[in-house]
Amino acid sequence: MSSNTLRRRWPLLLPPLLWQLAFFLLPLLFLFVISFWSISNFRLQPDLTLKNWDFMLSRSAFWSAYGHTWVLALGAAIVTTCCSFPAACSLAFTVPERTRKLALMFLVVPFFTSYLVRVYSWQAFLSDNGIVNALFGVLGIDPLPMLNTNFGSLVGYVTLSLPLVTLVQTMGLAQIDRSLIEAAQNLRAGPVRTLFNVIIPLGKPSLVVGALFAFILAFGDFVAPTYLGGGAPPTLSNLIIDTTKSGQQWPRAAVVAIVMILTLVATSLVAVRLAYGRRK
Amino acid sequence: MKDEEKTLQSPFRRRFLQGGGALAVGSALPLSMMSSTSLAQAATGQPRTLTILAWYGHAEPDIVAEFEAKYNCKVKPKYYTGGDNMLALVSQSPAGTYDLILSDAEYVPQLRKAGYLERLEAKDYAFDDYFPEFQRFPGHWDGNDLYAVMVRFGFLGVAYNTDAVPESKARSYKVYWDSAYKGKVGHFDWYLPNMGQVSLYAGNKVPYKLDRDQFAKLKTVMKTLRPQVAGFFDYGGTFSGLKNGQLQLVCGIGDWITGTLARSGAKVNSVVPDEGGLQWTESLSIGKGTRNRDLAKAFIQYITSAHGQVKSAKMLAYPALIPNRKGWELLAQSDPTEARRQGMVLQGHSVMDDIRSGKITFRQLPVQQSIEDWNDFWSEYKEGA
Repeated sequence: MSSNTLRRRWPLLLPPLLWQLAFFLLPLLFLFVISFWSISNFRLQPDLTLKNWDFMLSRSAFWSAYGHTWVLALGAAIVTTCCSFPAACSLAFTVPERTRKLALMFLVVPFFTSYLVRVYSWQAFLSDNGIVNALFGVLGIDPLPMLNTNFGSLVGYVTLSLPLVTLVQTMGLAQIDRSLIEAAQNLRAGPVRTLFNVIIPLGKPSLVVGALFAFILAFGDFVAPTYLGGGAPPTLSNLIIDTTKSGQQWPRAAVVAIVMILTLVATSLVAVRLAYGRRK
Repeated sequence: MKDEEKTLQSPFRRRFLQGGGALAVGSALPLSMMSSTSLAQAATGQPRTLTILAWYGHAEPDIVAEFEAKYNCKVKPKYYTGGDNMLALVSQSPAGTYDLILSDAEYVPQLRKAGYLERLEAKDYAFDDYFPEFQRFPGHWDGNDLYAVMVRFGFLGVAYNTDAVPESKARSYKVYWDSAYKGKVGHFDWYLPNMGQVSLYAGNKVPYKLDRDQFAKLKTVMKTLRPQVAGFFDYGGTFSGLKNGQLQLVCGIGDWITGTLARSGAKVNSVVPDEGGLQWTESLSIGKGTRNRDLAKAFIQYITSAHGQVKSAKMLAYPALIPNRKGWELLAQSDPTEARRQGMVLQGHSVMDDIRSGKITFRQLPVQQSIEDWNDFWSEYKEGA
């Protein structure tokens, strides 16, 4: 891009830059700064202390919550990816263009209702006396505890991210060159081999990016672990709430938030490399 | 602080307002009524806005509609959940943001010390209608200076599903450890009432004033409860857990939740166990720097009057006991069933008997440890460590 072109276009670049500065970089910087502040009489006091970092990072409760959150988010990414993939394949390869557009539109519909309401409605299904266990009863299966368990949290995470992941996967898979799939079939590759040797490698970017979205959403979610997971053991988002309740320790909560952000940045970098990295 | 501790330990020995104070109340009532009338008359133009920081329900139409109509104003709430949340909101807002602050009684001294409250005139309020136990409520007074007026209170005990748990079992905190209810015990997610209740169970007569050994014992006892626990819930989670039967016992709550559920037909109840119960108390203060002091005062007068107290007792969001004796009389006339259900009866056994027998202890902040010590343990406990 020549310097003249750049000069002409900078007014167009300004709004997104200002947006990022005002609503991402500055709040992030503030979050980082207050992690070194202290609390006096329930008020934030500007300071330069490492006490908050030391306190949080030396607590076993923090690392337990970290591990728990990571495992749950990873589980959510895997389960959501697996659940979305068949639907995304169908939409990308088997249905007419018009049907696909309609289906993609319907995938957005869940976002019209509050996520909290959707999570609450799951309680009616997952509780000990709920719909799922009632069906199990009809089939002669003993009731299974589902609400207030990790399984419950996972259901919430999938509820949150499934439409988005399906959307991302469908868009990605739809871009795959059909002639490559046809070539595989002409060379007598069966459906399974075509799937694993052609579709999945070519659709890898969308699969990884979809999984990354699921991971990010689950990692920071507060609603599902609270209302379907019973809040125990706590995730990092639960820990932030507890920390702010404990004498208004916003600086300590900032430490947790920064660790969460760093984790997500690192995970995103690895995921992007995995998605777009070239084979040797 | 010492003075507060002293009053906390001997809540029933408080004297009634001094004679001069009582006289002042008597003489001030007509004055305050005149002031209210003029307020109402003056309020014919643009409606004024009265901001209130409160638990959910305190500025809903069932409570404030009548006041708003009378004073041509709009009560604008900012709702919070928990005293720490309330303190955060107050401390992070400029003076004058909230005309009225409804707080749990144990937080009033902190608000006062931090300079967030206006001093009140005792003569403006109908303390002579209050039960003597509530006239000089701990922490509401700094010497003879008043900073908060008690509005309502309730007891925290064992909340249980009446289909699953017999009342005889619910009469002791021991029921939380009953293997029959493993995985069916929930905690209201706030360290203060839960640890206070287990502290009572552990034999601490003053559950929040623990020495090092007592605190260590409390932690040990609590850890033995952890395997029984299904989870930790906020108001909504506790509400739905009890309603759908997922939780059969909940620690840390009382009739303020089960009473609301029972009104909608849920099979739940709360009892004060033999080991004793805790009392939560909500009080109103005027926020520092308010520009609506007259209206804020009128609201406190309204809600602490016998008529306002009946509204408060039957609040749709969550019912409560009321400290105004005349409020009890009015409730008995207007809704005897609710008066009986809540135990606010002037003949026979009433909730005041529970208080006078020493069965009830005021909920308060930890005395010998910091809030953080207790809350940090609460986090550990939730982790299951």
